[in-house]
Amino acid sequence: MTTDVQKLLKQLIAMPGLSGHEAPVRKAIHEAWVPLADEITVSRLGSLHALRRGNTQWGASGLRPSVLLSAHMDAIGMMVTGIVDGFLRFTSIGGLDPRVLPGQLVTVHGRSDLPGIIVQPPAQLLPAGSSEGAAPLTHLLIDTGLLPAEVSRKVQVGDVVSYAQAPIEMTGDLLVGHSVDNRASVAVVTHCLNLLQTRTHVWDVLAVASTQEEVTLGGAMTSAFGLNPTLSVVIDVTFASSPGSPAHKTFPLAKGPTLGWGPNVHPGLFKAFKELADRQEIPYSLEVMPRHSGTDAYAIQVVAAGIPTMVIGIPLRYMHTPVEMVAMKDILRAGRLLAEFIAGLPADFADSLAFDD
Amino acid sequence: MKSLIKKLVEVTAPSGYETPLREVVRAEVEPLADQISVDALGNLIAKKNPAGEGGLKIMLSAHMDEIGVIATHVDENGFVRFTTIGGVRPHTCLGGRVRFLNGVGGVIGSDRLEDAAKVPGFEQLFIDVGASSRKDCPVKVGDIAGFERPFSEMGSRLVSKAMDDRIGVVVLIETLRQLKQTPHQVFFVFSTQEEVGLRGATTAAYGLDPDLGIAVDVTATGDTPKGSKMEVKLGAGPAIKVRDGGMLSDPRVVNWMVSAARSAKLPYQLEVLEGGTTDARAMQLTRAGIPAGCVSIPCRYIHSPSEMVDLADVQNAVRLLLALLAVPVTLE
Amino acid sequence: MKEQKKSDTQTPRVGAEQIRLLEKLCNASGVSGDEGEVRKIVLSEVRPLADEVKVDALGNVLAVRHARAGSGPHLRVMLDAHMDEVGFMLVKDEGEGIFRFDSVGGVEVRYLVGKPVSIGKEHTPGVIGAKPIHLAEKNELKSSLSLDALRIDTGLTSKAKLGDRATFVTPFSRLGPSLRGKALDDRVGVATLIELLRNAPENVELLCAFAVQEEIGGRGARVAAYGFQPDLAIALDVTPARDLPAWDGSENTIYNTRLGAGPAIYAADGSTLADPRLLRYLVQVAESRSIPYQIRQPGSGGTDAGPIHLTRSGVPSISVSVPGRYIHTPVGIVRLEDWQNTLALVHAALVSLPADIFSVDR
Repeated sequence: MTTDVQKLLKQLIAMPGLSGHEAPVRKAIHEAWVPLADEITVSRLGSLHALRRGNTQWGASGLRPSVLLSAHMDAIGMMVTGIVDGFLRFTSIGGLDPRVLPGQLVTVHGRSDLPGIIVQPPAQLLPAGSSEGAAPLTHLLIDTGLLPAEVSRKVQVGDVVSYAQAPIEMTGDLLVGHSVDNRASVAVVTHCLNLLQTRTHVWDVLAVASTQEEVTLGGAMTSAFGLNPTLSVVIDVTFASSPGSPAHKTFPLAKGPTLGWGPNVHPGLFKAFKELADRQEIPYSLEVMPRHSGTDAYAIQVVAAGIPTMVIGIPLRYMHTPVEMVAMKDILRAGRLLAEFIAGLPADFADSLAFDD
Repeated sequence: MKSLIKKLVEVTAPSGYETPLREVVRAEVEPLADQISVDALGNLIAKKNPAGEGGLKIMLSAHMDEIGVIATHVDENGFVRFTTIGGVRPHTCLGGRVRFLNGVGGVIGSDRLEDAAKVPGFEQLFIDVGASSRKDCPVKVGDIAGFERPFSEMGSRLVSKAMDDRIGVVVLIETLRQLKQTPHQVFFVFSTQEEVGLRGATTAAYGLDPDLGIAVDVTATGDTPKGSKMEVKLGAGPAIKVRDGGMLSDPRVVNWMVSAARSAKLPYQLEVLEGGTTDARAMQLTRAGIPAGCVSIPCRYIHSPSEMVDLADVQNAVRLLLALLAVPVTLE
Repeated sequence: MKEQKKSDTQTPRVGAEQIRLLEKLCNASGVSGDEGEVRKIVLSEVRPLADEVKVDALGNVLAVRHARAGSGPHLRVMLDAHMDEVGFMLVKDEGEGIFRFDSVGGVEVRYLVGKPVSIGKEHTPGVIGAKPIHLAEKNELKSSLSLDALRIDTGLTSKAKLGDRATFVTPFSRLGPSLRGKALDDRVGVATLIELLRNAPENVELLCAFAVQEEIGGRGARVAAYGFQPDLAIALDVTPARDLPAWDGSENTIYNTRLGAGPAIYAADGSTLADPRLLRYLVQVAESRSIPYQIRQPGSGGTDAGPIHLTRSGVPSISVSVPGRYIHTPVGIVRLEDWQNTLALVHAALVSLPADIFSVDR
């Protein structure tokens, strides 16, 4: 089972699926989820919805309560804004650090997929004074190696560009590549669904691979509205400690997922997850989020009349670069935690989520 | 069309106070639509029923509001301090004229600055309405004004304040006027408060819950001296928005628009706008999600009192919308 | 069916009982996302006054008092006040009782150093200490301290832990015509809303939302409005009064509101362009009853009216606030008469609310 999830993740991070253009990765996730769900649909904004019905006897009137597991499948990338002498000007989709870009291998998704490199022109060809400091995105170009006439035939304004970094497996069961944010969480959800194959659970499970988190949180927001779940758990990557990163905002790699705590998280849900993790001896860190979680949970929590929401974090090094690094152990632990949570949910759990007083 | 454009751009109707413009638009569309309504945020909604089957529920949105200013304080000498409604920049205010909704005119002046080379901030600007004391000032805190600049033609280029988005409003009116038959149920929404956060379109989209949403708004160009590196230019046709600062158009909607433009042999451009957004974003994020896109009118000097569009682009935008609405939609 | 209250044409007053309730509310801890203590007080106050009370998925208290007069349909009026206050969260335990912390909501950082705080459910005391002036370098004294440089010290053996919330500690007190305390924003609104519920007008469906998480984006109000589906909404908040003298003696043009000038009615702020029909109506009510009022200076800032007016197909909305000095700092000040006049204005507006107020388009 471990190798299945790792194999899936490796496959997912090797393919494009930029915000708003998730079709390739959605197809792959769809294939992986077909044996794990009862019904699969696609939302109007392209999110993948997989329903796994509760498999116990349901004698009560009304529908089964449902828990929405949300992991965004879109990734950051770039988009062509102009063509000059065969070179491509581009802008970002989602949050990119331009300093990471020069020398990166990319794929330009034009009429066909074209390999390219991101280059920084010599200082003499740029506006005066720009040799100091980082080159802004607008100064960078993509060189496909093709002649201008061919480029004009194959590429147009609006074409998307993804990283071409191949996945790297490293010792200690670490996986490196682009789009690990947030395909790692899709792997978590997949592992959870895998484990539920041999468990009984009262609640319906709605697994959602959401779109456009990196730009508008639009996929999760609209999916939650359409699916109207009883409660929701969002899985997203969080910052793992790495050189130069502030200790109070990062978490150790391979020491377990994080449990979110703050206004974006329902305290009753946090408590349930914490107690479960303690019982199951799944290591975790407490992730304090004073204002918002920076995840789809921010949108989901305030959909319609409000949805109790929980955030699980998967520590990730070098977020939003093509060499994001995640520990498979953390993915498996998080998947197991989710499966145990779902399997243990009594029918009336939502009633018990009353606030403190 | 030019006289309609002139009529609309010269109305003063900043965000939140669109009524004067809505009356003008209403008079134009009432005889053309099957049903007219005004909702809680002042959006004007004109419905056109479908002829035949196989259509979708389509929402078209162009915003009636323009950027403006609002009085924050009247000082003891009758000068009016103000803040902005929507994306106004101090550069475009200096020496400008405004018209308050109560009819009072004013001139924008500035405190004397230590460094004359710097652009003043809004707290250093004021409006002079010709009063000499707080008591005789015809303006009070909370009063609203729009910029004042007459409509002008330069060949095929049309210039005025509030082309953003009166030109989109005109495109919708003309589309409705020329629409013979459509298989779709089309809602022409003349929205409010776009400039302060797409507010009208947000609630209108929720109320209508369409299958597809198309905004008609202006977009910037890259064709002025040492301008931004953007491919869109004036006169090269309506722009089909791929993305802007607030949303990514549904690629299926973009393909549909490109196919329609090609089939109808209309000029078009592909648009990637780095800053700014439109009602399309609001529609996209409504309820369970709505595939959305935008037909943009290229416009120079956006959010200045002299916004410039090309008449041919405007006419081709109408043709493009008619081509889109004439036949059933296939999104792929 | 609740018993009929006294005639609703009598203006509710702010008396000793109301001030005592405000004191209890202000002294309670309720940082955005952790409003439990305040919620408990609100629930015990509103349960005897409302026909229906519930706590929703985000922790909002939603209290409904049905119309009593005449046959329907009655206007569904949503009144909103937020229970949360700006405060802090402990984000890292650095040992020996010292914690790094972050702000929740827009706290005025310059006001933090050298202040006591109250931590967690146990109200564990802590302090935001400062280097003694004797040990500081001359140039250090020139720059203000950033949040990053500050720490909360909870003593050597306290119960404070990672994730706890902390609030300012300023005991509530009366200073002549003024009231002083922490969290006047928006416990004054909460107290006002309780009084309005106590003196509920008979002619409207009164939908009261005691909202959570306003200070971090109007989160509670948004879902409360979705649930209520009101015909109109009034947000009751506290807005800054920056009516201090200018250094050079020139006219203060950026006061926002002034203490003593009455309830502040909003024409526009960063989150909402008030519905002009409601704005006209409130001004007319104030003038006809000789209730002093001011128009809050248009500008940035927002209230719960922001998210409320954009729910579903839109809700005509407006904000009415009590002016307060130094809000979002450890110590705020409001005038008793402004509070009284705000209560009077909103009550009068509800009582004479015409059923056809929206017969004319916005």
